[in-house]
Amino acid sequence: MMSQAETSEKPQFIWTEFVIEASIRVLGFSTIGFVLLIFLFLLLEGVPVFWEVPLKNLFGTRWYPNFGYFGTLPLIFGSAFVTLTAIIIALPLGVLTAVFIREVAPEWLREILKPMVEVLAGIPSVVLGFFGMIVIAPLVRVIFNAPTGLTVFSGALVLAYMSLPTIISVAEDALDAVPKSYRDAALAMGATQWQTIWHVVVPAARSGIAMAVMLGMGRAIGETMAVMMVTGNAARMPLDLGSLFMPARTMTATIAAEMGEVARGGIHYHALFGIGIILFLLTFIINLAAALAIFRKQRRGGLR
Amino acid sequence: MVDGKIVIDDVSYAYGGDWILRNVTLHVPPNAVTVFFGPAGGGKTTLLRLINRLNDLVEDTEMSGRILLDGKDIYDRRVNVPNLRRRVGMVFALPLPIPGTIRENVLYGPKLAGMNNPDQLGDILERSLMQAALWDEVKDRLDSPATALSGGQQQRLCIARSLSLEPEVLLLDEPTSGLDPISTRKVEESLYELKQNYTIILVPHSVQQAARVADYAAFFLMGELVEYRPGVDIFVAPRDKRTEDYVTGRFG
Repeated sequence: MMSQAETSEKPQFIWTEFVIEASIRVLGFSTIGFVLLIFLFLLLEGVPVFWEVPLKNLFGTRWYPNFGYFGTLPLIFGSAFVTLTAIIIALPLGVLTAVFIREVAPEWLREILKPMVEVLAGIPSVVLGFFGMIVIAPLVRVIFNAPTGLTVFSGALVLAYMSLPTIISVAEDALDAVPKSYRDAALAMGATQWQTIWHVVVPAARSGIAMAVMLGMGRAIGETMAVMMVTGNAARMPLDLGSLFMPARTMTATIAAEMGEVARGGIHYHALFGIGIILFLLTFIINLAAALAIFRKQRRGGLR
Repeated sequence: MVDGKIVIDDVSYAYGGDWILRNVTLHVPPNAVTVFFGPAGGGKTTLLRLINRLNDLVEDTEMSGRILLDGKDIYDRRVNVPNLRRRVGMVFALPLPIPGTIRENVLYGPKLAGMNNPDQLGDILERSLMQAALWDEVKDRLDSPATALSGGQQQRLCIARSLSLEPEVLLLDEPTSGLDPISTRKVEESLYELKQNYTIILVPHSVQQAARVADYAAFFLMGELVEYRPGVDIFVAPRDKRTEDYVTGRFG
């Protein structure tokens, strides 16, 4: 039997192989299928709002669904404001931490820090939200003399903390990919260690660092629980810098907070899914930008 | 050869517990090309990197012995390492332009050293590129990206970059390993000019190159300095059996 199978021209049909191959294929395609189904569901439930509610109302500045006002701008602005503030806080912290871990810390410290950063990513967001509510919010209220501690700034602090693990590990990989010889070349020119890092290593890793920021942003904008607990959830337009220390409401928190109370198939229900579509598009654009950054880097053939 | 520009005095060096260099003693004369040659793994590159303290950031190493530059121990606590590296320039096996233009590459070192007079910088730019035999090829496109140059031009650019700091010593680690014969020849020819003003240590990428450029040659084998003599002698009449076997191509 064996020798026949080896010498015959056509490969012999083997049942077990076929079954295993087929099930792997089905499982693989089902992942894509589920994503498509979710997207389809989101469209089916959300698109009706675009003709049920006039666009002027839908992109207005007032979100009072019980009174027929479905203005999503405060929510979009709220999400954007919280996310951007979070990234502004997290970017220098994350990149400098990555620089420290990769370039400055001695081997033994690096071996401790790296797993610790990864553990950070595993903390449930509700725990961080609780921490934000109990510790950060009162601090923000006292320090900035705000009427409430549940503000954009408190939310951004918590979000920054949540996106740090992503930023640090991706930025660290980018720094790690910079050839050692680049460092040697700069050092041999009489650059100090810091000048080498700042003039040569970080610029050489910049597309990877941009990608780290994009991924961190993607994580921050989609975050729900911690943001809902900490930002105060008032659907007002954050138009000036003073709004930093006022409550705001994000798209994710709105969906999470109101979905349990709406009548299925109603306008409000469709509006919440409409917000979901907008959120989906935003994260899609951010991830696409990150993917393009990687693509550009590959096309340039790495760094040289 | 008693008063070397560089004196390597009984240097041993270990990385991760393995001794890469064992009790190497050697005097490098000024204004000459000294060649460190031998099969891979002999410790030539390591010794080169020790001379401008590039291995400082490498962990888990052990070193004994002294390296003197003009009679002063470069591993002394009081030595300013960036200043030392300005006096002892290094060119690597792979041409490594830093991101930026030709001009930025050549002037990176002087600017780091705090020089900002435009006239002075212009002079340095021209002199360095001339010495590296690159000026005629790039003088019309000094502000185009360094990466647009050919491999041979990039390597001469890196030599120019090292020369911009007017080092006293120039260390070259297989500078022509990635180059075509014509570029290799240009680099080798520029060495004749350069040694009038500089002390040059070169790790060649072949015995033939060692024989072509060496004023003095040191043969390294497994971390040991086997033989060190004026260049012509070591290739024509090696004293040690191991040197002879390597020079005549019996192993390598």
